[in-house]
Amino acid sequence: MIIAAATLAIIATLGLALARSALGPTVFDRLQAANTIGTCSMLLVALLGFLAGRPEFLDLALVYGLLNVIGIIAILKFFRQGDLGEADHAPEENRP
Amino acid sequence: MSEALNVLSGLCLVAGSFFSLVGAFGLIRMPDFYTRMHAASVTDTLGAGLILLGLMLQAGLTLVTVKLIMVGLLIFVASPTASHALARAALLRGVSPRLADQGEPSSKP
Repeated sequence: MIIAAATLAIIATLGLALARSALGPTVFDRLQAANTIGTCSMLLVALLGFLAGRPEFLDLALVYGLLNVIGIIAILKFFRQGDLGEADHAPEENRP
Repeated sequence: MSEALNVLSGLCLVAGSFFSLVGAFGLIRMPDFYTRMHAASVTDTLGAGLILLGLMLQAGLTLVTVKLIMVGLLIFVASPTASHALARAALLRGVSPRLADQGEPSSKP
């Protein structure tokens, strides 16, 4: 019962974060919303596992968390440097 | 004993849901990117931590609790890292924090 209420609250959090990712003015707002959505999806998978009486879903939550971390770091690196690391070679070629 | 654990777990779940919703409302209502990030961190720390604690109390001393602790550790290590990288990238790309006007100090001496 309480787990169902917590699941509903997490779904509402997901909806609000989705709204922020839709209307965020800068790309970083959207990335922050994506980060929140990742955390909430982990919690949602864990809560749904308990709700269905199958806590084995927690493995899926762990996989979601790892994917979330890798995705956020990769996207941030992309937006900070403009690419995913290929430019490391460019200055060496131009170096006198 | 079991009743007490159930009540404690329910309290943790309700508090975690509350803080998750507070963080989500902050994410919508705050005026600035950095303040929005501050609000979203409430969801990442208090909301996730309390919900995982409530689920741990429901699971008892089993493998499920170990997995929940792993999920919690993942959140507690990864979320500040992502926030730090996000704030740094935003600052380097020129997203400036919204400050009060210089002529109108918010608090007067």
